[in-house]
Amino acid sequence: MKVQKELPPSKRSRSVIRQIYQHKTIYVMALPAILWYIIFKYIPLMGSVIAFQDYSIFKGISGSAFVGFKNFRKLFAYPDFYNILRNSVTIGLYDILLSFPMPLILALSLNEVRSLKYKKGIQTIVYLPHFLSWVVVGSIFVNVLLSPDFGLINRLLEILGFEKVFFMASSKYIRGIVISSGVWRDMGYSAIVYIAAITSIDPSLYEAARIDGANKFNQIRYITLPSLTPVIVTMLLLKVGHFMDFGFERIWVFLSGVNQEKIEIFDTFIYRVGLQGAQFSFSTTIGLFKAVVGLTLLLGSNYISKRLVDKGLF
Amino acid sequence: MKKFSLAGFINALFLGLIALSMLLPFLNVIAVSFSGQVAINNNAVTFWPIDVTLENYRLVFGNKLLVRSIWVSIVVTGLGTLCNMTLTVLLAYAISRKEFLFKRSVTLFILFTFVFPAPMIPTYLLVQKLKMLETIWALIIPGAISTFNLLVLRSFFEQLPESVLESARMDGAGEWRTLYEIVLPMSKASLATVGLFYGVTNWNAYMPAMLYINRNTKLYPLQIKLRDMLLQSSVEGSSDQLIHLSAYGMKMTIIVVAAIPVLIAYPFVQGYFVKGVTLGSVKE
Repeated sequence: MKVQKELPPSKRSRSVIRQIYQHKTIYVMALPAILWYIIFKYIPLMGSVIAFQDYSIFKGISGSAFVGFKNFRKLFAYPDFYNILRNSVTIGLYDILLSFPMPLILALSLNEVRSLKYKKGIQTIVYLPHFLSWVVVGSIFVNVLLSPDFGLINRLLEILGFEKVFFMASSKYIRGIVISSGVWRDMGYSAIVYIAAITSIDPSLYEAARIDGANKFNQIRYITLPSLTPVIVTMLLLKVGHFMDFGFERIWVFLSGVNQEKIEIFDTFIYRVGLQGAQFSFSTTIGLFKAVVGLTLLLGSNYISKRLVDKGLF
Repeated sequence: MKKFSLAGFINALFLGLIALSMLLPFLNVIAVSFSGQVAINNNAVTFWPIDVTLENYRLVFGNKLLVRSIWVSIVVTGLGTLCNMTLTVLLAYAISRKEFLFKRSVTLFILFTFVFPAPMIPTYLLVQKLKMLETIWALIIPGAISTFNLLVLRSFFEQLPESVLESARMDGAGEWRTLYEIVLPMSKASLATVGLFYGVTNWNAYMPAMLYINRNTKLYPLQIKLRDMLLQSSVEGSSDQLIHLSAYGMKMTIIVVAAIPVLIAYPFVQGYFVKGVTLGSVKE
């Protein structure tokens, strides 16, 4: 190998081939997965051209006529479009407002627990819901907590002398339900990053602060939070960057005719129009629009992240 | 120095309430699933089963359609995870080797799909073109690799000491034998973690079946069945006669069945996923 490096440039390409040949097995190993990436990631990406076509299954991509921006004009003239855009933005904002600070609060709170056993116990429980499917989480909310007959919350309301609430029968509570089920499922898991970051803070800082007479609250304010700032900024920007990726399943499990106008987002709309309505070109256009907005947000966040904390998001 | 602090107590209480909000619904689900029908309908069951019976489980496991969907989920989880692991291990190992010349390009090639994910409809049309629609392969192949898991495994393989591979080579072991007899046994813990992560994902998967299985109802996994029952009220007409009988008790039992593999896997992953999560956030 060392000999090969000293070869003149003219023979370098031959030596590359020789190096590959020498270790051909590791390239063979890599091949299936690389093919998979090409087929299932890159080809669909190129398939997005049907957004500019009048795609028909029988003619295929190569046979379908190009129609320019017709599908985009149709999208912007579509009455539902603005409602879905509004839903996506509103739900995304609520989500950042709630599901972004909760893990941080949880981590700070866990850090103050003195009993190690109690702390471990709490951690074990709060990480768990993340591993449940959205369908199970949805069932727990719709049936176990909110059902008018059997739901624990309604039973509690009854005991306290309040009226029953038919949570799923109107669209009044649905956004709150969607957001809080997400917080319930992922709060603990998202806190892990903060918990890990808190452990790496130099303990002597707290020692010094205590000697200066700082109480717990001031220690959090002047030591913990400033030390966590880079992580907090990164997590916030990641959330902003994935603003458009609220998630299909977590909407879908709650979606019904009653609440559609309040929680229909791009992903669920694409599914309903594209697959259930078989409008392939039009729904791909919606997907492309969503992807462009999402990409802008992601690259913007990445840029800000590099400026603020000297580290890109990806 | 131990003195009672009100703030500390409130803090512990706050955490306790959060944990209870996650624990109590489960206890209720389990309690109802083991309770008699009369007690369930009278709303007498809270966190402890009343008139303990296995009737709900007998109904669930006696319902051919439900048993069928449980089998589909088991097969998809088993076969899928095998497929996930094979592809992921091979690529992760290959690009972890210093002899692999296109390390950087391949990593970029993979990360690119992170920033530009495959769109839903063109992927559907591709799966259709590949004649996978309405077959079990649609539930396995299109989601066969998770880039996150791939990167976790790669950085693990990169930490393996070079001397190990060197000594294997000295003994005349080929690449496949080195991987199979040296590298994999040394990586048992991380392989188990990634495998369990994949397994949980496969068991929980809902989207692939919803997208790719429409007419062939025999291939519905359990998650689809559960979603179908979720929003449907028990009085609505359904082809599933048995589900009417003890609707709520059965629903709760299906939730238990749908969650139990995850609950079993959880203690095994718990020790490792903390590491995995922090690893993921320190990508180079």
